[in-house]
Amino acid sequence: MSRFLTPAMMRTLLPGLSLAALLAAIFYLQPRTMSYFGLNLLLNLAVPIALATIAQMFILCVNDLDLSLGAFISLTACITATWLNDAPLIGVLALAACVAAYAALGALIHLRNLPSIVVTLGMSFVWTGIAVLVLPTPGGSAPGWIRTLMTLKPALVPFPIIASVVLALTVHFGLMRSAAGVVLRGAGGNPKSVERAGWSMLRVKCTMFALAGFFGVLSGMALVGLTTSADANIALRYTLLSIAGGILGGGEFVGGRVSPIGAVIGAITLALAGSFLSFLRLNPDFQIGAQGVILILVLALRLLINSKGTRA
Amino acid sequence: MNTPLVDMGGVEKSFGAARALAGVDFQLMRGTCVGLVGHNGAGKSTLMNVLSGLIRPDAGSLRIDGEDFDRGYDPAAAVRHGIRCVFQELSLCPNLTVAENLRISHPSIKGFGWRKKAGTVIRDMLDQIFPGHGISPDSEVGGLTIARRQMVEIARAFSIVETKVELVILDEPTSSLDQNAAAQLVTFIRRFVSGGRSVVLISHLLGEILTASDTVVVMRDGVVVAVDSAQNFDRERLVRDMGEVLADDSGFGSRTSTKLADSDPVVTGPRENGHQLILYPGEIIGFAGLSGHGQTNALVKIFEAAQGARSAISATEPAVFVAGDRQSDGIFPLWSIARNISVSSFVRLMNRFSLDFDREADEAVGWHKKLSIRTADMKNNILSLSGGNQQKALFARALGSDAKIVLMDDPMRGVDVGTKQEVYEILTEQAAAGRALIWYTTETDELKHCDRVYVFREGHIVAELSGDTLTEASILSSSFEAEDV
Repeated sequence: MSRFLTPAMMRTLLPGLSLAALLAAIFYLQPRTMSYFGLNLLLNLAVPIALATIAQMFILCVNDLDLSLGAFISLTACITATWLNDAPLIGVLALAACVAAYAALGALIHLRNLPSIVVTLGMSFVWTGIAVLVLPTPGGSAPGWIRTLMTLKPALVPFPIIASVVLALTVHFGLMRSAAGVVLRGAGGNPKSVERAGWSMLRVKCTMFALAGFFGVLSGMALVGLTTSADANIALRYTLLSIAGGILGGGEFVGGRVSPIGAVIGAITLALAGSFLSFLRLNPDFQIGAQGVILILVLALRLLINSKGTRA
Repeated sequence: MNTPLVDMGGVEKSFGAARALAGVDFQLMRGTCVGLVGHNGAGKSTLMNVLSGLIRPDAGSLRIDGEDFDRGYDPAAAVRHGIRCVFQELSLCPNLTVAENLRISHPSIKGFGWRKKAGTVIRDMLDQIFPGHGISPDSEVGGLTIARRQMVEIARAFSIVETKVELVILDEPTSSLDQNAAAQLVTFIRRFVSGGRSVVLISHLLGEILTASDTVVVMRDGVVVAVDSAQNFDRERLVRDMGEVLADDSGFGSRTSTKLADSDPVVTGPRENGHQLILYPGEIIGFAGLSGHGQTNALVKIFEAAQGARSAISATEPAVFVAGDRQSDGIFPLWSIARNISVSSFVRLMNRFSLDFDREADEAVGWHKKLSIRTADMKNNILSLSGGNQQKALFARALGSDAKIVLMDDPMRGVDVGTKQEVYEILTEQAAAGRALIWYTTETDELKHCDRVYVFREGHIVAELSGDTLTEASILSSSFEAEDV
């Protein structure tokens, strides 16, 4: 095997290659998508999904799993479409409180040594409950500036692509390259060692959960910017999409191995998979199943590469 | 300069009923290397955990650099005073690169260009300690061999960035290093202490202790039993002070074989490098070599083969597994002692509809006597037993089943000497009764109870020893041949 195509290299390239293959198939099926307008339409909804995936990735990085993310994003979308629009100050405070609540969840999970799956599953009902209280019937409206931002039409490159690249690179530098990010990732790889070196695991968990909350809020805001209104169940499916996207992008459930760039690519891949299946004129009833098949294919490929790596 | 860097007095620590430290006095002068030796469970690691702030002692005084610590001594305080520790179990983050791992233990590496700085520091230190190491600061730790990981861990502890380093505690630093790298480390330790700094070296390799240390401290059962200059010690005195029988070769080959001569082998492995794993009924064979070199893996493979998995190894009889790591894959912590034993025999103990509780209780009483498990009632919870007696229960579980092959994965970890002797006798009896036993052990002494010994290195059998060739020296030399650097 050549030096370039090592298993580690292939693992890094896999998310990008899967996305390229999917895009090529879409372009082949529907050449009109290969335009500024077409890409904009295709990728528009990928932005909130990418933000949600990044949020989930922070949780995955410290060996936890967030099953409440979709409900949480629905709540923040509801807040954005109501309070943030009607009374910006209250809206901002409410969203900040959401982030703080996430940090507190991180503290709770760490201090009481609780399984994150149970805590977040429970919290998902709390978030949905609050969302229904905030916005009992679908409606509300997006604040003008978010609407403007999300429908921006920059020259040459469509906004969703710019947003995704900026998102991926920002988080990449923050988490993968910065000195502080190393500690956060190390906490996923070997928490004991990080604690022995004098770092506070409590702070690490709070930080990671707060970051997840922050990107969850951004995801909710971006979603409302696109849909112009919200309802309490608007983003429920984001929970599983974000986990799938994070894993698809090269992340792992344990061990602190995550990749922000991969996660964004994974999220876009999943978003595109829906369009791809529509272009195939597949019965919508089968679409979710077909999305699952795509996910299984990519993961199987990764397993294959991994097992090759261990045998070599 | 005459105040000791570390002065501990009357340190006590108990974990539940077990007394790990029973009043330890420990002094360490600047510019010296102290060798700390003792048998398993003598309290070395606990003492060092107290010194590095991870464990709060129940009683005793701790003075570092003339400063008294009554309370509030924690890992951060230890680091502030320049105390670093390389722990027995590897404590690097496998998902980070070598340079990034340095950053974890050195918070002062930050800001623009930190990655390059960290890379230079760790590479320089690796070059100093292990010339020719061949480790790149940018490689992910999870992808390195275990020996290289250990080198990184050691180099990390000696690296100086901003926080000072006064004392480095090395807990079995050479357990995965080859002889060459271990010798490089000893040379470096001498250079390090001649610069006025200090080292505590814990090692089971007595030669290493004697060459590297100025002072040797011997611990036994939670107390210090001897402190003297290293010159006044030799191997024999160390071993005597540690309270174990002199590790001579007289016991080797003393076992009378009970191998059933005319029977077929029950386990046959593939032939690789001229060595082939074969096990006959009535035999006890040993797996030796440094820990983590594939012995457990081989046991698991045999076990799987016995369960019918397709593999290169063939096993013709059912097998049972005696786990060494009791807590994680041995005991059922919520069950009674009796139930923990009978779990392997449920099918045999069934009456028509359910488990026959009377028979289960009868058998448990039988094991209680036979293995003299120290408990008032076999219905007590398994956790009420000491580690050694828990292990006896695990033996009873294995021996109570009707499996012909018994696979033992370093079962004597943390078991007291008396219990060990009892178990050795049981094993000999079992072999005489026609069972075939494979015994992986990290204690060379235990191999005296084996007919033949396979030595493992890097996942493969590298030597088969029996009769006259079975000596401690030959086991050690086969475990430690020069590996590729």
